[in-house]
Amino acid sequence: MSDRDWEVVIGMEVHVQPRTRSKMFCGCAIAELNAAPNTHVCEICLGMPGVLPVPNKAAIEACLKTALALNCEIPRHTKFDRKNYMYPDLPKGYQISQYDLPMSVNGYLVVGARTVRIRRVHLEEDTGKLIHAGDKLHKAWESYVDLNRAGVPLMEIVSEPDLRSADEARDYAMELQTLLRTLGASNADMEKGQLRAEPNISIRRAGSEELGVKTELKNINSFRALHRAILYEVERQTQVLESGGSVVQETRGWSESEQRTFSQRSKEFADDYRYFPEPDIPPLELDRAWIEELRAALPELPGARRGRLVTQYALSSSDAARIVADRSLADLFEEAAAAGAPAKQTANWIVGEIAPTGKLPSGKNLAELVRLVGDGSITRDQGREVLMESVETGRTPAEIVAEHGYAQLSDVSELRVLAEAVIDSNPKAAADFRAGRKQAMQALMADLRKRAPQANPKIANELLLKLLG
Amino acid sequence: MTSSDLTELGIKEASRLLRLGSISASDLVTAHVERIERLDSHVKAYLRFTPELWEKQADEADRRIRQGDAPPLAGIPLAVKDVLCVRGVETTAGSRILRGFKPPYTGTAVARLFEAGAVMLGVTNCDEFAMGSSTENSGYFPTRNPWDLDRVPGGSSGGSAAAVAAGEAMIALGTDTGGSIRQPAALCGVVGMKPTYGRVSRSGLIAFASSLDQIGPLTRSVDDAAVVLSLMSGLDPLDATSSDRPGMEVLNNFGGGVKGMRLGVPREYYDVKGIEAGVKSAIDAALADLRIAGAEIVDVSLPHTDYGLAAYYIIAPAECSSNLARFDGVKYGLSEVDAPNITDEYLQTRRKGFGTEVRRRVMLGTYALSSGYYDAYYLKAQKVRTLIKRDFDEAFKHCDAIVSATSPTVAFPIGSKTQDPLSMYLCDVLTLGGNLAGLPGISVPCGTSDGLPVGLQVLGPQWGENVVLRVARAYEEASEVRAEVASVV
Repeated sequence: MSDRDWEVVIGMEVHVQPRTRSKMFCGCAIAELNAAPNTHVCEICLGMPGVLPVPNKAAIEACLKTALALNCEIPRHTKFDRKNYMYPDLPKGYQISQYDLPMSVNGYLVVGARTVRIRRVHLEEDTGKLIHAGDKLHKAWESYVDLNRAGVPLMEIVSEPDLRSADEARDYAMELQTLLRTLGASNADMEKGQLRAEPNISIRRAGSEELGVKTELKNINSFRALHRAILYEVERQTQVLESGGSVVQETRGWSESEQRTFSQRSKEFADDYRYFPEPDIPPLELDRAWIEELRAALPELPGARRGRLVTQYALSSSDAARIVADRSLADLFEEAAAAGAPAKQTANWIVGEIAPTGKLPSGKNLAELVRLVGDGSITRDQGREVLMESVETGRTPAEIVAEHGYAQLSDVSELRVLAEAVIDSNPKAAADFRAGRKQAMQALMADLRKRAPQANPKIANELLLKLLG
Repeated sequence: MTSSDLTELGIKEASRLLRLGSISASDLVTAHVERIERLDSHVKAYLRFTPELWEKQADEADRRIRQGDAPPLAGIPLAVKDVLCVRGVETTAGSRILRGFKPPYTGTAVARLFEAGAVMLGVTNCDEFAMGSSTENSGYFPTRNPWDLDRVPGGSSGGSAAAVAAGEAMIALGTDTGGSIRQPAALCGVVGMKPTYGRVSRSGLIAFASSLDQIGPLTRSVDDAAVVLSLMSGLDPLDATSSDRPGMEVLNNFGGGVKGMRLGVPREYYDVKGIEAGVKSAIDAALADLRIAGAEIVDVSLPHTDYGLAAYYIIAPAECSSNLARFDGVKYGLSEVDAPNITDEYLQTRRKGFGTEVRRRVMLGTYALSSGYYDAYYLKAQKVRTLIKRDFDEAFKHCDAIVSATSPTVAFPIGSKTQDPLSMYLCDVLTLGGNLAGLPGISVPCGTSDGLPVGLQVLGPQWGENVVLRVARAYEEASEVRAEVASVV
């Protein structure tokens, strides 16, 4: 496609499972993904006759915190509505959702250079899960219904169509995840279905103000899939339009195995959900004092914290972004910094070593480690070992260094013997280096560090250069 | 004491005899069961009996009485309408679609009466999903009026009203969505009370129209209605619309008479279209009795009454169309699993399981909520509902309670209205305003017309149960009209 000609327009509907102990309208515990089917159900979430929904205050609180963090207005009155449709995964024949008076409206989220307007954040309940023997529902010879998920709370975060690329859409979803985790409002794990992003995508001629016909994508369960699905769909729509066709308004599924989208449900004939106010739940008049309490108790939000890390610690914006993406990493960074660790090196350790493993030392121990490596007491390789052991045992790096007798080898005569041995054992790499292929030095250094992890890499490198020169 | 005497007792006298040891809870049960065996093949008030429950509960009541810690309803025989879930007891809402459904839970109101010591005799007949005014829409069989077996008992709680009128239960539970407790109470000559919306938890009540449904007692005296109501009312964590609002201090507070009270007679109710002359003269006599007892009778107006019926028959079907969606053959009850696909399974199950009136209301409600019609029907009906509430608010500025006939007619012959749904809907014209406005109301016997019972309705302001009961009690005393047990045959 030619980017000059087409502008991509994306709005996002994101369903988030708030972190609650129980379901939206009953006392059932939230099931783990691998729980046996229909083990986390009761008469209420099974939709048995005569039972009534009672809203979960923790879910309302999580929704309000999220809405406040997204700069939304919280209207004085809100209510639940029934969305009526019959499907075997919907035990009551209607979903309790919010229609015309959602919990919150008119917010925004800054993602990179873009301010994405948030139309609304509302609460609803999840449906059950169908497992078909055979093809889809209408062709299956048997279908099984698992209602563990039925009635699990969901926040729906709806953006305006303000995103302009697959990159932006992915970054928006990632920023939401960071925000939700920072708030403690949700674990927001996409693979567990706790954050489900459904992009609405259309394209239009650059410069046009009119929106094109959109498609909605479902079945996306990673940020990578989100990115790829949008790229695929934009390309598909471009081809359709450029070959003189027209885009059909529909819901399309993303197939991870085939890496393509496929038509799921036409929206040509709009569904009629016969929304009406849920009579079993009185309209809510949210206590303004409570909302102000929640607002005051909001933690520092990711955008603000990133900015502060850059100005207060002189971190690069990419390091700040990596660290703030996980609140526990950001807290670790600041604890280590407060214990006197130099910011840049600490950030390197967190981004390079700690974030990939997800195993966190205490802030004090990290600070000590950064100091030991920084002042040359131990090498970086030794530092990695010490870090791992410190995380596992909780002991301080100084203790571990003393016990193992770790120290950096800086004695030039000892290192020279070592360097000579390395050159002798790697004649090809040595010859390559002499022939001008500088990258051959990496193989030589690697062998040297294998033989002596405690070797001071700077002195060793200088010796190798001298011997090969 | 003969067993027929035992089936004519009220709660107070029965409790006195039980505590004296003159009778046992088992004696009370036996007397009622014998009467049921003799009469119910004629009246057909019950759908099912619960011998395991009555044996266990009567034994428990006798044990507690012997120990001297008898709860307030210990040993009192109770009948329960087929829309109230009782654990392990087949509960079908009068519908074929729920055939065989045994709930794994007992609804709050019933559970509270069980805790208070009541002894459940069985499940009473009703119009399917409480939709009807004659109990002829039952998915099983019509119930007959104990005062004239060729006539209807009213509905939808017709089985409960007939059981109490025939001495087949001392007290019964009904539900009232547009008059379904008060109208059958009137037609069967017993007391029936619909509380303020939210007074009694709806948990365990198979919903017809959630914003209108309330559970209430059917008894043979105002005292008994007050006792039963007070024991089951109050906040319930399982119903977000339930409330602990005051207004139920009835047991101490409602014997004060009507001297100095202002009772409003809405002219729209007094002269309602189709009111029978015999009903009107019984109401006139009742007003005279109340005036003699010291009440001031004042004219009031409920100007939007004419629109109430239309609004009701939009709102109630709209809610029912959604409430009944869960009966899809997938989870419980009737299931046409041999259908070739899920859509046909839904269609066949529901076509076979629901009767004509239920299907009619599901269709009406679905239509009223549909995109493009919502504003013209559902939204407009809600606006009318607000106007009707305002009518009552305005009227209660001029009076303490409102009095009228409960039903414009006495019990009508079985089959006489089944071909004309609109004439059947008109049975509720004097009662459904109370549901739309969420008000407490009671029907008490006020004489007869051509030998058939007439009911006097008292409506009070929201949460004003004490006012309603006080007026009803004062009328009962002043008129000396008492609910009697029909001899039937």
